[in-house]
Amino acid sequence: MKPEALAKTGEPRPGEPTSREEGARKPTKRRDAMVLSVLPLYVFTFLFVIGPLVYMLVLSFLRRAEVWGVTLEFTFENYANILKPVYLKTFLESLKLACLTTLLVALFGYPFGYFMARQNAAWKRRIMVLLMIPFWTSSLVRLYGWIIIFRANGVLDGLLMALNITNAPLKVLYTYAAVVVGMVYALVPFMIFAVYSSAEKLDWQLVEAARDLGATPFQAFWTVSFKLTLPGLLSGIVLTFIPSMGLFFIADILGGNKVVLVGNLIQEQLMKARNWPFAAALSVVLLTLTSIMIALYRKISGVKDLEGLV
Amino acid sequence: MRKKARFPGIYLGIILALMYVPILLVIIYSFNESRINSVWSGFSLRWYRDLFRDKDMLEALINSLVLATVSSLSAAVIGTLAAVGMPRVKLRGKSVVEYISTLPIMIPEIILGMVFLVYFSLIRLPFGMITLTVAHTSFCIPYIYMLVKARLVGIDKSYAEAAKDLGANEWNVFWDITLPLILPAIASGVLLSFAMSLDDVVISVFVTGVNTNTLPIRIYTQLKTGVTPKVNALSTLMFAATLLIIMLSTWFGRKTTLSVKRRNT
Repeated sequence: MKPEALAKTGEPRPGEPTSREEGARKPTKRRDAMVLSVLPLYVFTFLFVIGPLVYMLVLSFLRRAEVWGVTLEFTFENYANILKPVYLKTFLESLKLACLTTLLVALFGYPFGYFMARQNAAWKRRIMVLLMIPFWTSSLVRLYGWIIIFRANGVLDGLLMALNITNAPLKVLYTYAAVVVGMVYALVPFMIFAVYSSAEKLDWQLVEAARDLGATPFQAFWTVSFKLTLPGLLSGIVLTFIPSMGLFFIADILGGNKVVLVGNLIQEQLMKARNWPFAAALSVVLLTLTSIMIALYRKISGVKDLEGLV
Repeated sequence: MRKKARFPGIYLGIILALMYVPILLVIIYSFNESRINSVWSGFSLRWYRDLFRDKDMLEALINSLVLATVSSLSAAVIGTLAAVGMPRVKLRGKSVVEYISTLPIMIPEIILGMVFLVYFSLIRLPFGMITLTVAHTSFCIPYIYMLVKARLVGIDKSYAEAAKDLGANEWNVFWDITLPLILPAIASGVLLSFAMSLDDVVISVFVTGVNTNTLPIRIYTQLKTGVTPKVNALSTLMFAATLLIIMLSTWFGRKTTLSVKRRNT
C-alpha cells in the first residue's frame, strides 16, 4: 500500500479537501479494508439490537401457548389485554408516579443546576466531582441507605422521636412516599446535569442587561435566564420521565408490593406468569410512549430557539 | 456588581449533603458491632471478616469483575473501530445503523432486559456469563463510540495527512497517530462502561442464568429478603472502588484536556 500512498501525494489535486473524502474514490481494496473496521459494530447491532427489538414486536402479536412458550398465531389479544382495568390502572399509576417524580426532580434539580452554573470555575469543578461520586455509586448501595433511614425504628424514626416530633415510629419503608423519595433521589442528578449544561452556556450579561434596564431579579430570571435554560430543563424532564416508568427495582425494594409499576408488571409477566407475548406487548406500548416523549421534546426544543426571546 | 447572594451556596450545600446521607449511613453502620442498622453498639470489623469468608459473595464479585472487564474491553474494540471507520466508509443506511447501535442506552433498561431474555431463549444462547456479556457489551458500546467520536472531531487532520505524505499507510496512521490521540477517550469510555456494567441490576436480573450471580444481583436479592451488615461492608468497599474509578477517570479527563490544550498552542 505504501507506493500507492506515495503516488497519491505525488499528484496534489488543488481544491480537493481532505483525505477522508478522497478515501471514497480510492481503489476498492482500501474501501474494503475500511468496511472491515465497522463490520463488528454492524454485526453486533444486527444480531443483538435489531434482532431482539424485531422479535419483541413479532412476539407481541403472537398467542401464548397453553402450557409453555408461544404458538405461531397472529392476534391482537395481548394489546387488548392491556386495556383491561387491572393493567390499565397500572399504566396510569406509573404515569402518575412518573409525573410526580419528574415534577419533584425539576423542583429540586433545576435550582441546583442553575446556581451551580453561576459559581466560579474552581467551585464548578469541585461541585461536579461531589456530584459524580454519589452518581457513580451503585444504585443498590444508595437504595440500601434509604432502607436504613426509612425502616421502622430506623434512623428517621429515631431522629423524629428524639426531637419529640412524633412519638411512634412512622414506618415510612414500604409506602408510596418511600418510593417517591427513592425515585427522586436516583434521578435528580440527570436533571442537574441537563440544566447545568444549558445554564453554563448562558450569557450572564443578558441578565445583567435586563437588570440594568429595570427588571426585578425575578423578571430578569423569568424573561431571560429561564427561557434560555428551557432546553436543559426539557431534556432533564425527558431524562427523568423515561427511566421513572421502568425503574422497577426501586418500587420493588422501597415499596414492597404496594406500588406496582409498568416495570414491575413486565417483570412479573416475564418471570412469574411466563406470559411472554403480553410482556412484549407491554414493552412495545412503553417504548412507544417513551418515543413519543422524545419526539415531543425534539419538536418543542426545535421550535423554541433564541428567536422566541427577542 | 450587585452583592452576592448567600442563598445559592446554602442551597447547593444542603442538596449535596442530602445526597451523601444515605451513602454515609451505609458506611458508618458497616463498622457497627450490632446486627441492627439503627443501634450503634461499638466499632467492629466483624462484618468485613464475615464478608471475606462468604464464598458466594466472592464468587459473585469475581463474576462481576470478569463481566465488567470483558464487556468494556470488547465494547472498546468494537466501538473504537467503528468510530474511526464510520466517517470513511460509504454504506447505505449508515446513520440508521449508527442510531440503532446507541438504542441500548436510550430505551428503558427494563425493555432491554426483557427483549434480551426472550431473544436469547429464541436463539438458544446458554443463559449465564455468555448472555450477561452480550447484554452488557450492548450498552457499553454506545459510551465508547460516542466518546471516541467526539474526540476524533477535535483531532487536527493535518497530522494524518503529514504522516501520509511521509509514506505512512492507513494502518500506520491509525496505529501511530490516531490511536495515541484517542487513547484518553477510549480509557475514560472503558472506565465509564466498566462502572455501568459493575452497577447494572435490571438487565442482569433478566439475562442471568440460574447459577450465575453478579454482585448487584446478590445485593438485590438480599435487599429484598433481609440484609445483614455484611452488605454494608460490601457497599463500603464498592464505594471505595467508585472513588478510585472517578479519580482515574478525572485523571484521564485532565490528560485529554491537556493534550487538546497542547495542540492549540
